[in-house]
Amino acid sequence: MKSTLTIAKRELLGYFASPVAFVFIVIFLLLAGFFTFMVAGFFERGEANLAAFFSWHPWLYLFLVPAVGMRMWSEERRLGTIELLLTMPVTPWQAIVGKFLASWVVVSVALVLTFPVVITVNYLGNPDNGVIFAGYLGSMLMAGSYLAISAMTSAMTRNQVVSFILAVVISLFLILAGFPPVTNLLTSWAPTWLVEGVAAFSVMTHFESIQKGVLDSRDVLYFLSVIAFSLFTTSVIIRAHRAG
Amino acid sequence: MIQVQNLRKQFGPKVAVNGVSFTVEKGEVLGFLGPNGAGKSTSMRMITGFIPPTEGSIKVGTYDMLENPIPAKQLIGYLPENAPSYPDMTVSGFLGFAAEMRGLSGDAKKKAVNRVLEMCFLENVQHQSVETLSKGYRHRTCFAQSIIHDPEVLILDEPTDGLDPNQKHEVRGLIKKMGESKAIIFSTHILEEVEAVCSRAIIIDRGTIVANGTPRDLKMRSEQAGAITVKFVDGEASAARGKVGSVQGVDRVSVISERPLTLRAFPKKNAGSDDVARAIADMAFKEHLPLQGLHVEEGRLDEVFRSITLPDNKAKEETK
Repeated sequence: MKSTLTIAKRELLGYFASPVAFVFIVIFLLLAGFFTFMVAGFFERGEANLAAFFSWHPWLYLFLVPAVGMRMWSEERRLGTIELLLTMPVTPWQAIVGKFLASWVVVSVALVLTFPVVITVNYLGNPDNGVIFAGYLGSMLMAGSYLAISAMTSAMTRNQVVSFILAVVISLFLILAGFPPVTNLLTSWAPTWLVEGVAAFSVMTHFESIQKGVLDSRDVLYFLSVIAFSLFTTSVIIRAHRAG
Repeated sequence: MIQVQNLRKQFGPKVAVNGVSFTVEKGEVLGFLGPNGAGKSTSMRMITGFIPPTEGSIKVGTYDMLENPIPAKQLIGYLPENAPSYPDMTVSGFLGFAAEMRGLSGDAKKKAVNRVLEMCFLENVQHQSVETLSKGYRHRTCFAQSIIHDPEVLILDEPTDGLDPNQKHEVRGLIKKMGESKAIIFSTHILEEVEAVCSRAIIIDRGTIVANGTPRDLKMRSEQAGAITVKFVDGEASAARGKVGSVQGVDRVSVISERPLTLRAFPKKNAGSDDVARAIADMAFKEHLPLQGLHVEEGRLDEVFRSITLPDNKAKEETK
């Protein structure tokens, strides 16, 4: 546990020592604001909720989160520091979790910094703050899922670009499986159970329902299992890579 | 402290390490020699628990590296090849991280960091980030990391690579001093380093150990070992050669150089080098051939290294 935190602390310092964290936070805040107010028409809607804000998160994260996570293991492999790290008295699992937590903190900091939008909606109307809280929780879990996927793809290669692209593709698949235009395409010929089965794999389906304020344990479990599965796969990849 | 038994590593069809066994005790400095790609780094990576062996066992202290890696790794300090470190960290930040990973915190951590900063001459760059440092400093930073917890076992993969001669000298001194109380394995390409630092050396070639002994033992395997080099003030080569060749116990004589006239006499198998050397000196005195120098060759490690690690015919060609 202590080693995990030590690794997380080092990683976090690494994120803030390089421009990665700042660039991510600034760009995320700018884009989130742009989509919420300019594209989704937050004010024109005249609704006291943050649907206009949250509905863009799956797409924003699609490109921004893999950019945060792509260096997680590929950088260690490129620099050779993975040899240093894994010959210290830690299990690979501790290192994987420590690194993942650090990146999750970076994304969460960006998310927390969107608080003015909560203040705005509370100032203008009378929103259900429970729903907003659920939305934040769902958004954080979704970001965690993308990050875990990025961790997995970054363990596959020493090339950050490859790692980024793979993470985007996998995340895109997880979005599209539940994206209405795609599911509509499926419903025209596939049986309902198949459409629902595919959609159940999607972050969209689960994020939508959390964001509406329905904190169903199945949705939370979905995100947690994506994270657990991806991190487990990361450990398998790292072990396979070391075994040669 | 380190017991390696029958270590074997296969990467696909390629066997990188094939049946390597040895032990290192406390107070021993083991030099790991071998041509590039012989399996030195792979062996070290297995001993430090970075990669699992295909076969064989590794014991560090009382712990088995494969079954109980965490306490085994705690005993080891490791300097990987090319001395990797995190470029965005400061030197003291990086060493602090290493110390924390080894379970040190608070005052103990601060003390450990200061100790290695001083030992590795890093005090004046401690607040600089690693990426701004020259190669020698980076190398020493990673070396400092390996000794931060004063480990009982030190494994150093080419610790003097990329250092200038002064730094090499300092690191060698450091290794030698630490070797008094620790079990150290280090790999190198520099043969005089082995003579200067190691209490024992292993030569590894194509994945197997081809020689194991003290540097002195290894040198004795050299063809030159025990030969007597005679340097005359002046004289004529063939005449001097005949005279030296007729000395009792001399097997054959070769001319090393004409001017100054230098000969090398190889004693017969059962003749002692020292006796033959004395006989040559007596002969020279009697024959009024003033000598400039006379000494018994210790043998040369590079010659042994070459003759062991080169394919047979190639080695013979080279000595010709």
